[in-house]
Amino acid sequence: MRAFAALYEELDTTQSTNLKVAAMSRYFREAAPADAAWATYILSGRRLKRFIGPALLKRWLVDEAALPEWLIDESYGSVGDLAETIALLTAGTAHSEASTDDTPLADWIEDRLLPLRESDEAVQRARITSWWRELPYRQCFLLNKLLTGELRVGVSQLLVTRALAEVTGMERTELAGRLMGEWQPGALFWQTLHAPDSPRTDPAVPYPFFLAAPLEGEPSQLGERDAWQAEWKWDGIRGQLIRRAGECHLWSRGEERMTERFPEIVDAAATLPDGVVLDGEVVAWKDGGIQPFALLQQRIGRKKLTAAILAAVPVQFVAYDLLELDGQDLRPVPLRERRALLEKLLANASPILQVSPLVPGSSWEELATARADSRQRNVEGLMLKALDSSYGTGRQRGAWWKWKIEPHSFDAVMLYAHPGQGRRSNLYTDYTFGVWRDRELVPVAKAYSGLSNAEVAQLDRWIRAHTVEKFGPVRAVEPTQVFELAYEGIAASGRHKSGIALRFPRILRWRTDKPASEADTLANLQAMLMQAPDDIARSG
Amino acid sequence: MPAPLVTVTENGLYCPAGGFHIDPWRPVDTAVITHAHGDHLRHGSTRYIVAEPGIAIARHRLGVDHHPAPLRYGEQLQLGATTISLHPAGHILGSAQLRIEHEGQVWVVSGDYKRQFDPTCAPFEPLACDVFISEATFALPVYQWQPTGEVVEEIFHWWRANRDRGLASVLFCYALGKAQRVLAELRAFTDETVYLHGAVNVLTEVYREQGIEMLPTLPVTGERKTDYRGALIIAPPSAAGTPWMRRFGEHSSGFCSGWMRVRGNRRRRGYDRGFVLSDHVDWPGLINTFEATGARRILLTHGYSDALARYLNERGISAAALETAYGDEEQQ
Repeated sequence: MRAFAALYEELDTTQSTNLKVAAMSRYFREAAPADAAWATYILSGRRLKRFIGPALLKRWLVDEAALPEWLIDESYGSVGDLAETIALLTAGTAHSEASTDDTPLADWIEDRLLPLRESDEAVQRARITSWWRELPYRQCFLLNKLLTGELRVGVSQLLVTRALAEVTGMERTELAGRLMGEWQPGALFWQTLHAPDSPRTDPAVPYPFFLAAPLEGEPSQLGERDAWQAEWKWDGIRGQLIRRAGECHLWSRGEERMTERFPEIVDAAATLPDGVVLDGEVVAWKDGGIQPFALLQQRIGRKKLTAAILAAVPVQFVAYDLLELDGQDLRPVPLRERRALLEKLLANASPILQVSPLVPGSSWEELATARADSRQRNVEGLMLKALDSSYGTGRQRGAWWKWKIEPHSFDAVMLYAHPGQGRRSNLYTDYTFGVWRDRELVPVAKAYSGLSNAEVAQLDRWIRAHTVEKFGPVRAVEPTQVFELAYEGIAASGRHKSGIALRFPRILRWRTDKPASEADTLANLQAMLMQAPDDIARSG
Repeated sequence: MPAPLVTVTENGLYCPAGGFHIDPWRPVDTAVITHAHGDHLRHGSTRYIVAEPGIAIARHRLGVDHHPAPLRYGEQLQLGATTISLHPAGHILGSAQLRIEHEGQVWVVSGDYKRQFDPTCAPFEPLACDVFISEATFALPVYQWQPTGEVVEEIFHWWRANRDRGLASVLFCYALGKAQRVLAELRAFTDETVYLHGAVNVLTEVYREQGIEMLPTLPVTGERKTDYRGALIIAPPSAAGTPWMRRFGEHSSGFCSGWMRVRGNRRRRGYDRGFVLSDHVDWPGLINTFEATGARRILLTHGYSDALARYLNERGISAAALETAYGDEEQQ
């Protein structure tokens, strides 16, 4: 695990994708096959099925660190990551990273961690706390990461595939296909990954998804309208619906199995002939139309699907591509032909499986007019797909474009925090945000809703620790935290220092991935203001 | 119970018996200064008392119109009804703890301090006292410092690895104290010249005039075309992301701060590397220091003061947080 911990450290301490790929390639070349397979598994975002919950780990930590529980909580709040908090409070400082035993990664996982699943709590605790004490910091952190979830080290599956392609000399697309679905990490997998032709044996394995690139500028740059197919960009969950060997499987783009979550779609797929794979979107569908994503989200959040939730949030599968028919891989076939076969296939299928309709419009201008209706239709804009294109892999540019409507959102930096009301009076829940004008951050919006309770609590601790100045109950904070804010309307205002007023600003998400320097500028918002009259007209 | 020797007023920490303020945040008559960081040494007071090794830095910060009065470490001075003395705090060059004695009571104000060895300043000296006013910047148990030598070695290896790739290494350090400490510590590994941002350069020259030994340095200038590939550049964090950085081309960035102990802090700030090097006391250092002073009461300023006060009270040590306007230069 030492070598993998060192790799993790390398990946975590650079922002250069080239250096990340180089570090992974080096590891894959030097590692034993089983270790390389496990490293691939972990780096591509897969996780060990959790067998020890965070609450239990925290309880052991309280005893191990000999500190009061509230102080552990306070520390966890400041660190924001349980695996790291444990390592910081327990890691054996006496041992340097190099001096410990060098049990390979695969042995660590297969011989030490996984067998703990069958052990009782006393054994689990004895083993894990002894590792906490013995392992040097990096490895202790990594062990806890394996126990608590994914690594999140800024490596995408695409980057892992790039490194694997360098090592194996194989095509990235081929490798991407072999990494799809469920597989058992081990020396055998590493060999089959390298094998010149490794037959697809598991009928459940999906194809790599083809992803659209965002269209910047006008669609006329794509050439003639006739060469393109236009569809709505659905606001749901991208999915691949597989009907093979008498079974049905539904996969998300994140390669998560969704089969059990959408039983009505899977039941409908059972009426399809064998050897069919559809690409499409799971959407909430009610009263003859798609519903906002928020409704679908209510259902995704449920652990158990009750009759009530199935009735409250009915779903459909909107199919937009046919990847396999009669067991034949159709991906090299032009879209024009795949589309015809798709329409024919679903002509008499269950109404739960529908074909994504083509958006009419004989010119780019007419499509632009149709696109302007997107908000009312609960869709995100248009998809433009080249009619003569094959079905690619990943985000290859050129054949599929997403022509989204302008989002009413921007990235801003938190400047001030205000305490909340009522039961939240001891928390900083209301915030003032700013955007850049030259080198200065100008306040543009106040917002409070939009964060989860856990995020609010985390942010509250951050605010207390990073206050620059206090003005009565208001705290000026270090301007480093970036948030994506949404709003309903924008207007010029003489009352605001920024010269603009936003209607219903709210927090979409905390952009911990963005430095403050990358927040939006006031000029960007003023540009939105210039477009505003048109926008207001469109949204009625 | 005797009257407190130090209270918090709107102008800052105040000693009523002595009639003086300590690191006031507004102009006052007499200001006793623990160290020259901006949140502790502010303009506008009539009279400043500063530890003698810190005089040059204080003058530099206050400007030529001010003539801060030097007090040697350990030398006693009568102020009002009190006897005061300044003692090394180990934070930066000339940093001091303030000891106040009055009618048999002794209070010590730590200012900012650390317990690690620092070649640029005299080491912290624990003082027996009744009440100890301590900083609490890093008062959570997750903040424990590695040995300085290990961290400096990491910095050196990072610089070397970047050089091998033909990259410049830009190390962000607070311009007063941290930058000079790194320049002094790196002498264990090399004698090469390091490039300095203007803000770091002037303060480094002040340190050098005080006899602090550091690596040779050159200011980063706009005039001649310098090839910075493979070089180490030290700059204040405020320079990050500014056009000033463009001259270094492709580079790797690092940040020296106690906050780098936590991965999320480094990732949020977008530096390639974080080096855990702090001029503040860590959690074990705080606990050890309180024991060493034998203080019956601990008062805490800035940082995680509430958490530490609660922890101490639960362990039977009387403690409370003081609301002050001090900041944290390691964030900057």
